[in-house]
Amino acid sequence: MSVVVQEPGIVEATPTPSKGGVLWKTIRERKSAALGAFILLVLVLGAVLAPWIAPYGLHEQVGPPFGAPSWSHPFGLDDGGIDMLTLLLWATRISIVVGLAATFVAMVIGGTVGVAAGYFGGVTDGVLMRITDFFLVIPDVPLMIVVAAIWGPSLFHIIIVIGILLWTSTARVIRAQVLSVRQRVYVKRARALGAGHLRIVGRHVLPQIAPLLIANTVLTIAVAIFDETALAFLGLGDPSRISLGKMIENAFQRAAISAGAWWAIVLPGIVIVLLILGCTLMGQALEDTLNPRLRVAHIGARTFRLRPLVGRGAEAL
Amino acid sequence: MKGADYIVKRVLFAIVTVFVAVTINFVLFRLAPGNAVSNLSRVPHATPELRLAIRREFGLDKSKFQQYVIYLKQLGHGNLGISFQNQQPVSKNLRTELGNTVPMVLLGTVFAIILGTFVGVVAAWRRGTFIEGAGVSSALAFYAMPTHWLGLMLVILFAGTFPSGGMTNDFLINPTWWQHFKDVLDHMFLPALTLGLVLFGQYALIARSSMLETLGEDYILTARAKGLAPWAIVRKHALRNALLPITTLVALSLGYIVAGAILIETVFSWPGIGRAVYDAVLARDYPMLQGAFLILTVSVVFFNLVADLLYFKLDPRITT
Repeated sequence: MSVVVQEPGIVEATPTPSKGGVLWKTIRERKSAALGAFILLVLVLGAVLAPWIAPYGLHEQVGPPFGAPSWSHPFGLDDGGIDMLTLLLWATRISIVVGLAATFVAMVIGGTVGVAAGYFGGVTDGVLMRITDFFLVIPDVPLMIVVAAIWGPSLFHIIIVIGILLWTSTARVIRAQVLSVRQRVYVKRARALGAGHLRIVGRHVLPQIAPLLIANTVLTIAVAIFDETALAFLGLGDPSRISLGKMIENAFQRAAISAGAWWAIVLPGIVIVLLILGCTLMGQALEDTLNPRLRVAHIGARTFRLRPLVGRGAEAL
Repeated sequence: MKGADYIVKRVLFAIVTVFVAVTINFVLFRLAPGNAVSNLSRVPHATPELRLAIRREFGLDKSKFQQYVIYLKQLGHGNLGISFQNQQPVSKNLRTELGNTVPMVLLGTVFAIILGTFVGVVAAWRRGTFIEGAGVSSALAFYAMPTHWLGLMLVILFAGTFPSGGMTNDFLINPTWWQHFKDVLDHMFLPALTLGLVLFGQYALIARSSMLETLGEDYILTARAKGLAPWAIVRKHALRNALLPITTLVALSLGYIVAGAILIETVFSWPGIGRAVYDAVLARDYPMLQGAFLILTVSVVFFNLVADLLYFKLDPRITT
């Protein structure tokens, strides 16, 4: 650890309401959270229902390349003459899947590291935090590019690559929280009663940090989607799965701009912006509700992380 | 002394980080499919003798550890290998490209710092008004935009007004120094604006929360109780302290900005280091990719160190 004015995330005694309660309370009390939730709901619904509500087939050529928007194709056609609305629905699905899966990988690593460091403390904490510091400093986008380039383009590889580089902020937030939970009376009592580490962590520590973990997850999803978009744009995406990032890349490579087909580039980008905005608003509001003092820590030079133009650090606001 | 202790610790951490990055760099590219032998012996009638000769030529007959030591030694001499693409030393290629990237990045960053700080501070000062709402929403919107997509949007918007690719106009014959300068500046406008707008989003949001934080401090209340004019409070008491985290964050972001320029330079075909990474990925030019990754990592680690030390210097409250 280094320059932190105030240790982040240590809250004296937050009464922990039920998880569903926190979510509802946040949405009801904060306009930004409600807006974020609404955006996400619409996009997720569209993505889930894609096979049923998509007006055309995903590989079905229904008109000329870069056909202009019309009544039958409100969002126009792409470079292969495929209906853009259909493509957008399916691509949102892929992007969300990548975001969720990569975040899951990041949460598993970050959660484990954070809990282990906070719970065991001492040497374990020192070593794990040094490793986290290292991952924090390494520029992850170039590293992602290098690994993806060497490993070959596939959806699975991209998920893993993003996941193993996104866990650091989670580890830090969780560690700070566990540090304080560990000191509480009921944990000490459980230990006195002879409970093992696994039981204490599973029964007493994890439920306490779960809400914060959820807020962190939502923020990480946004970053993961961002990173996927960037990798796809650099030609490292899975060629057989059209994600939103891949759609932008395709349109860029096939010179959609000089063809005047603005819709092929503008629309997928708008969906990405909405996805990221939704996740950011939602996660931010959740974090604020759960842990008001976290805001302070965000300004510290080290706890705060910048989004390096691509990915990482949605927690930065 | 505590301060010296802190500085030594940070510098040591930076050195170790660079060392680990170098090692990762070595290991990663040994995992890459194919090697010099399999690539170069893909000629008809390649004899086992030829393969052996190539192996020896590239030092691949030595043990992995020996190869690693040789790699470190060569790095120490500034030798990053030879690019597959143009058979020039990687270090020479990278030097040219870095020289193209830095001015563009600098222009965008300065723009972002000025606009971002201004909007953020005003938004915090005018809390709860329409001005704050507009400032925060626009910052959030730019923050949520994929960098390359924003670049493409600007290309669509400014098509015809500003050149959308490259760094110079090839049809300018024997330009004077001034013509050349103006030409490059013209080409630099859109990439720098893209970078500036994306960064603006972040800087404005940070500046706002930093300013809000400061405005809530007790000494601001004291200043207000003394009857100081609001503007004097902002300028003399709040702004200075609020700028503290921003200063370090700018230093911190500089390293990442160079890395982030990959997307922008790809969109605008700007012949910088980011573009070099993109080209190297397409051509599977591993030495080039390896060299670029090293440069990017070292710059990020370096600016991180600068940010740490700067923060330490500026904020006397810091303890290690």
